[in-house]
Amino acid sequence: MPIDHRLSEEYEALRATVAEFARDVIAPKIGGFYEQEEFPYEIVREMGRMGLFGLPFPEEYGGMGGDYFALCIALEELARVDSSVAITLEAGVSLGAMPVFRFGTEEQKREWLPRLCSGEMLGAFGLTEPDCGSDAGGTRTTARLDEAAGQWVINGTKSFITNSGTDITGLVTVTAVTGRTDDGRPLISSIMVPSGTPGFTVSKKYSKVGWNASDTRELSFTDCRVPAANLLGEMGRGYAQFLRILDEGRIAIAALATGLAQGCVDESLEYARSREAFGRPIGANQAIQFKLADMEMRAHTSRLTWRDAASRLVHGEPFKKEAAVAKLYSSEIAVTNAREATQIHGGYGFMNEYPVARMWRDAKILEIGEGTSEVQRMLIARELGLTG
Amino acid sequence: MSLRIVVAVKYVPDATGDRHFADDLTTDRDAVDGLLSELDEYAVEQALQIAEAADDAEITVLTVGPADAKDALRKALSMGADKAVHVEDDALHGTDVMGTSLVLAKAIEHAGFDLVVTGMASTDGTAGVVPALLAERLGIPQVTLLSEVAVSGGKVTGRRDGDAASEQVEASLPALVSVTDQSGEARYPSFKGIMAAKKKPVEALDLSDLGIDAADVGLAGAWTAVQEAAARPARSAGTIVKDEGEGGKQLAAFLAEHKFI
Repeated sequence: MPIDHRLSEEYEALRATVAEFARDVIAPKIGGFYEQEEFPYEIVREMGRMGLFGLPFPEEYGGMGGDYFALCIALEELARVDSSVAITLEAGVSLGAMPVFRFGTEEQKREWLPRLCSGEMLGAFGLTEPDCGSDAGGTRTTARLDEAAGQWVINGTKSFITNSGTDITGLVTVTAVTGRTDDGRPLISSIMVPSGTPGFTVSKKYSKVGWNASDTRELSFTDCRVPAANLLGEMGRGYAQFLRILDEGRIAIAALATGLAQGCVDESLEYARSREAFGRPIGANQAIQFKLADMEMRAHTSRLTWRDAASRLVHGEPFKKEAAVAKLYSSEIAVTNAREATQIHGGYGFMNEYPVARMWRDAKILEIGEGTSEVQRMLIARELGLTG
Repeated sequence: MSLRIVVAVKYVPDATGDRHFADDLTTDRDAVDGLLSELDEYAVEQALQIAEAADDAEITVLTVGPADAKDALRKALSMGADKAVHVEDDALHGTDVMGTSLVLAKAIEHAGFDLVVTGMASTDGTAGVVPALLAERLGIPQVTLLSEVAVSGGKVTGRRDGDAASEQVEASLPALVSVTDQSGEARYPSFKGIMAAKKKPVEALDLSDLGIDAADVGLAGAWTAVQEAAARPARSAGTIVKDEGEGGKQLAAFLAEHKFI
């Protein structure tokens, strides 16, 4: 067999378990949290209890012994019902805990990973700044090493940081300029800042268009001091580190976008079967049937792209292009499916109490976060050998 | 000394699927997906909690059913049970509660036990009598329909909630308990549990392994028979009472007339 398209028995069991959890625990309650813009602590606690935050990490650090593919399976099934909880998991694992696992010392891993894996503590990753998003090399936040005190002194501001201000946030890893090369280019390093450190201020929640049950904040650092030992990974290698983290994260976002696109199919299918107009279910009309066929086609194709990229990643093969393709395709079709699902629902699709309205609001950010569609196209073109 | 717990579970047709009867009026299992009975998930959960509270315990999960019933065992193993016993035999097709309790009892004796845990009923047959039949066949005390259960000092204790009162009940081990859907939500299997389940032993047994005569089980050996099966009739229109000051009285009269009160 040249390629096997099926999930192994264990991954299928994981998928079915998360699907059941999403249907039974998340679906009945998430609308209320979303409406009130509240972080769903009780749902996140349950997700922690079933080990979702530890999915890709080894058991010795409190993980589940799975891999990135397993994480993506869970993200797709969560996002099929709700994107706020999916992004909370994605950011907690892929951005919060993964840098510690990939670049941390043994001591740092032992200190932080068990709590991050159990979901009792959330981690965040502070990269984006008010004046620098896609151009991550333009970081302005600085960290100066006070050698006498053995401390980093951090100054700067970070924007749109997921999971950074919840009651259970314990750690934000920030990128900061820690020096300059001889020709004046900034050297960036990653530094871990525990929540509650003096000089580290978490602003109030943003008012967002979507993802309203997830936590997103602006962070500011004013002479914020942390031990020199909080440097994560090599000094001056922060840029290369977060590129790796972002490459992986794109696959996770692609899985999440696929879930949203599939959720749009699920909801629209049910509605098309039960809603009657002119004496028959609207699903009996070819106009609706074709819409649903196209939506299913897009969700299916999107799933193939993230699974291909994730499969390359877990086999240790290059995956940069495939991850960019998956992220670009899945996010764009998620927006399309959400628009079509809303259309099929008619006026009800514009009412917040319908899940498709939530999906419509949640879809757009997928074309922006973790690398905009423009950045993905740039990356793909570069992989094709086009420069300049 | 290890506490040996056996949890008897059932693989049932998914209640959310379309269920049909075969020509012999048994459930057509090929036509619908099956799963571990939701009411038995509570039994597995309570067994896991009892085992976690004990110094040393081992949970065996047991089912009687067709080949696909392994899925129910796999689910219980991925939740945390240690090993499984699967009794499968073509002669079991159509077995009723009498035959089921006979096979379960023999298999439980075969596995060895201090405590048997079951759910309150199956979600398909819903007879709810297997726990009692099983305890009688095993010759052990039964404390059924518990919403709270604990084991200590060679005894099992628990609370049974009735309409008018709650009873505290206890029995000396070995004993059988059945737990209700009020005993606490069952945990979801973790990925670690799912991976570990793959390596846990599943013992396959047939009727001859248990010394059971095929004539005592199956459709022919059943003490009960399904005479007829028909789809539920469509709902009829309800009665609408317009409240013009007498609504309460009319409601009470309706309930009394239909013997609801």
